[in-house]
Amino acid sequence: MSTITKYQTASTAFVQEAEVFADLYGKDHPTLSAIRKQAMVAFSNRGIPTMKHEEWKYVNLTSIAQTDYRTASPADSQKLSKSDAEQYRYAGKDAILCVIENGKLNVAASTMTGIPAGIRIGSIDDFSSDAAVMSHLFTHASFEDEAMVALNTMLCYSPIIIKVDAKVKCDTVIQLIFATVPGVDPLLIPARVLVVAGEQSEFTVVESYHTLGAGALTFNNVVSEVVVGKAARVHYSKIQVEGDEAQHINYHKVNMARDSYQHLTTLTLGGAIVRNNLNIRLDDEQVNAYLNGLYVLNQKQVIDNHTLVDHAMPNCYSNELYKGIIGDQAQGVFNGKIWVREDAQKTNAYQSNKNLLLSNLASMNTKPQLEIYADDVKCSHGATTGQLDDEALFYLRARGIGETVARSLLNHAFAADVIEQVENESLRESLMQLLDVKLSALQIEA
Amino acid sequence: MSPLRLKLVKEDTNYIMLSIKNLQASIEGKQILNGLNLEVKPGEVHAIMGPNGSGKSTLASVLAGREEYGVEGGTVQFLGKDLLDMSPEDRARAGMFLAFQYPVEIPGVSNANFLKTAVNEVRKSRSLAPYDSKEFLKIMKEKMALVEMDKAMTQRSVNEGFSGGEKKRNEIFQMAMLEPTLAILDETDSGLDIDALRIVSNGVNALRDGNRSFIVITHYQRLLDYIVPDFVHVLYKGRIVKSGTKDLALELEEKGYDWIKEEVAVGA
Repeated sequence: MSTITKYQTASTAFVQEAEVFADLYGKDHPTLSAIRKQAMVAFSNRGIPTMKHEEWKYVNLTSIAQTDYRTASPADSQKLSKSDAEQYRYAGKDAILCVIENGKLNVAASTMTGIPAGIRIGSIDDFSSDAAVMSHLFTHASFEDEAMVALNTMLCYSPIIIKVDAKVKCDTVIQLIFATVPGVDPLLIPARVLVVAGEQSEFTVVESYHTLGAGALTFNNVVSEVVVGKAARVHYSKIQVEGDEAQHINYHKVNMARDSYQHLTTLTLGGAIVRNNLNIRLDDEQVNAYLNGLYVLNQKQVIDNHTLVDHAMPNCYSNELYKGIIGDQAQGVFNGKIWVREDAQKTNAYQSNKNLLLSNLASMNTKPQLEIYADDVKCSHGATTGQLDDEALFYLRARGIGETVARSLLNHAFAADVIEQVENESLRESLMQLLDVKLSALQIEA
Repeated sequence: MSPLRLKLVKEDTNYIMLSIKNLQASIEGKQILNGLNLEVKPGEVHAIMGPNGSGKSTLASVLAGREEYGVEGGTVQFLGKDLLDMSPEDRARAGMFLAFQYPVEIPGVSNANFLKTAVNEVRKSRSLAPYDSKEFLKIMKEKMALVEMDKAMTQRSVNEGFSGGEKKRNEIFQMAMLEPTLAILDETDSGLDIDALRIVSNGVNALRDGNRSFIVITHYQRLLDYIVPDFVHVLYKGRIVKSGTKDLALELEEKGYDWIKEEVAVGA
């Protein structure tokens, strides 16, 4: 019975659309067609989670369930040009920019020259004969358990795929610019990313999310799958700076092989509702995983970070640092699960979530969740939610620094250490700038 | 070089820079200052001593503008303005400086960035152009020498992980950078060993220029061997009950405060 209240029926438009696409893609990609149909069944059977669902306690998806979205279509015309994309260049002049406009790669707006040897970036069509890549597609993020993954799987028509060959080390950052262009009708965008990192490869990927122009509601439903090969090192950033009305739900699944390393930073500054589901599986020994997050919210923004660090094997290390600054009537949620499975002896797993509330109406719900089934592990977690340190504020003011600047300085100092861990220098500087712009917006409203 | 120096102080040595009249202040409903009077002229060094709980730190806090203190009565004029009507930052910009008894640690804000922001905010309030990085570094280097501070300390977060002595040196360094007209040292000697005390005092003495005034709040006469005051005041039960020269400090060192308490009791 409980499933009835835990899920709500989505607008039938979702499923009707899927049938259209399933037909369309059934012709092009027979292997995927079967998966799509399974996803469709999973989604139809379950529906969209309600707030009675433990994992969705604080995010109300009713408006998503009830909105009659049009799903972005491969037939949609694309509007953006290179100059539109340039304003979102965050990682230096030589970075590769792939523009994904309303879910589909826009080649004309992208700057994909200078891709180093051993790296391929493309859409599903470019990889359909690469059995290794195709074997990963649609297989890591589970649609059986997650309605939103099912929705993406059944609808997405243009996954963007990055494949890096073994031993390729690349300083050039690959930036995926997800540009939402709102239209007359509410728009659902099923974006999908697959990154396959070959053994001993090392590179940096940025996903950035933007809204260009105004229009009806938009809902970005994203799934990213990252396969980190043996001894590979993957630096990854997700930058969410969408417009005030944007809805965004994404699943980010990382599978880590032996001796591998991944560093993932999620920066959330924009969007009306943003839900990030991170699932990092440490699938073999001697794996190092870092996942950091920073969210700075105002107005009535809602951000929900659900993270799962899944220690499946022994001798691994994970470290998670999430920080938030929440103003106005905004709401933050952090749910950090660390799962140490029976075999995962000698695990070191650390987690910290720190929050600053800037107004009486701002709220934060934080829940560390450690499930440990091995007996020889070191795990720690900590969560704090507080206000700006009055003593520090007075100290700065007593030196002649005005209150607004002093607050901004302290907010910046609180948030900056998350960004300071980003390895690429020009990316780090861009993120600092984005942070400061958002912090100054917070100041003006405060 | 005197980049921030206010030229507000009149040549007239009888000019009263700070005038505190009948100041009454409380914290959390408890009256601490009970009608305190004090006048400070340019270039003077006033030491304020007194037993625990007499109101020394309250005086410093009220002058610096801590909001948790309530002022129930009295007036404070600083350079001709109503000090009590000014925000903490405006007091600092007007030329007042408080060396904190317990300097605050501010993780994530580098000492250099903090000071550059402070100096430029003060300059802005005086319609002066901000310093660029090069100019600022040059001035910082000069002032660092005053308190024997090394460069690494300017790159660290404000006071974070500093020893007690380093924190107090950092206060004097900030004072040197901000070049106040009136500096209040709130128990700057507490927790200092003899070497740190010498360094801090040398820094303060280097900033004595005949115009800049100091209020030195201390428990111990020892500091006054290094920073020689023009006047010594005894604060007791929220009022200045006795004033004298530096000899008064020596007398207090020798005899303690009981005789003063008795005098007050007899007088009352």
